Amino acid sequence: MTEQDDIDKLIRQMADELRARLEAARIGDALMVGIHTGGLWVARRLHRLLGLEQPLGELDISFYRDDFSRIGINPQVRPSRLPVSVDDRHILLVDDILHTGRTIRAAMNELFDYGRPASITLAVLGERSGRELPIQADVVGRHFDLGEHEHVKLSGPEPLRLSIVEAP
Amino acid sequence: MRRHSLQHDAEGRLRHLLTIEGLKRAQIVDILDTAESFISVSDQQVRKVPLLRGKTVVNLFFEASTRTLTTFELAAKRLSADVLKININTSATVKGESLLDMLHNLEAMQCDMFVVRHADSGAAHLIARHVAPHVSVINAGDGSHAHPTQALLDMFTIRRRKGEFAPLTVAIVGDIKHSRVARSQIHALTTLGVSELRVVAPKTLLPADVETLGVHVTHDLDEGLRDADVVIMLRLQKERMQGAMLPSEGEYFRTYGLTEERLARAKADAIVMHPGPINRGVEIASSVADGPQSVILEQVSNGIAVRMAVMSMVLGRAPREEGA
Repeated sequence: MTEQDDIDKLIRQMADELRARLEAARIGDALMVGIHTGGLWVARRLHRLLGLEQPLGELDISFYRDDFSRIGINPQVRPSRLPVSVDDRHILLVDDILHTGRTIRAAMNELFDYGRPASITLAVLGERSGRELPIQADVVGRHFDLGEHEHVKLSGPEPLRLSIVEAP
Repeated sequence: MRRHSLQHDAEGRLRHLLTIEGLKRAQIVDILDTAESFISVSDQQVRKVPLLRGKTVVNLFFEASTRTLTTFELAAKRLSADVLKININTSATVKGESLLDMLHNLEAMQCDMFVVRHADSGAAHLIARHVAPHVSVINAGDGSHAHPTQALLDMFTIRRRKGEFAPLTVAIVGDIKHSRVARSQIHALTTLGVSELRVVAPKTLLPADVETLGVHVTHDLDEGLRDADVVIMLRLQKERMQGAMLPSEGEYFRTYGLTEERLARAKADAIVMHPGPINRGVEIASSVADGPQSVILEQVSNGIAVRMAVMSMVLGRAPREEGA
């Protein structure tokens, strides 16, 4: 179990790391995009800490999932909102947990339907084993070693809490 | 055990969309919420999402239509489905092949959805009763019975402009009797629970059972418009003039046509809607149709998102068993 204080610390570390990357690459006007729902909670805090100029973007990847024909449409789908053009822009993509990599693939497909970004940097609060695609995060809050039937879940938005649950 | 309706599957999910009747408020709200998310697809450079990739949608239009056919086609294409348009006048039905034979042939070609427009009431229901289990039917207008996606896009337009339905007074004006749009709108607005729903028409253009639909009836346009939040004008079908139901276009416009002066009786921020195509100077003055309170073109663009929502929800039902 990771409580609020620890999560605040993780997010501050992530912000520091992102700031260092942006400075090293001389990127001034990055667009941060959070993936619904957990990724957006994390992104809101990172966005505040980094004091980014561009407003925060929101991505709901429901229309880009690769399991639509198996699980159908997500009834709680929300609109994606990208406040500025992604063309030639550096994107900071934020999600809560990186697991199979399929969500990130869907998010990148969706971003490319909005334009051609200059680059995409992936930041996740937590990562775990179980990748099914060649996708890795650039900035990671915490790594989780999990058993085959365990999952890590972020609850929120206030307070943010990471917990490890047994998969049914 | 209660038999589920033709348009729902055993789990209560929409399998076909044939009519607004029988839809619960939550189900209508679900469709409107999903449509809201599809609006953002038009902001994309690539105005397409991959949801229905590999699905085939067939537009079966037995009656002329431009807007409805085009927006259904665009909706399917923006969902990445393949779309066929069967031109009925030149197709096999005139060669004596029966409608159901034609449908079974299309099913054999692995089509997934039929979008049906037909001059006879009940046509979409008939087709829905006979299609294979994997095929869905969307009613794109049947006779004077129902036009559910039009009503849904109207509800969507009202909600985007006005927010909540509960406080609203809505007036539907014109040929209620022959209008499948009006019937579907009345069912949708009463299900969503508007404060007051008025229908305004001469006696000859009102259906006999109109009072049972939960509406206030008036024959006086000024009374019907008073303090309305939403004014929906219906197209006057010119052929109604011949059946001695109406005196003349000029007379109709003087009594029931929406002009700026008359619109002033509605609330100052009232919106004016029309399902199209408009008869300018018959049911609505050009100055109103093109005026600041008109949302007629918004209705058209909203139609794409709403039809995307309906198509993806109907085709996106999870199968009950893996590999079914």
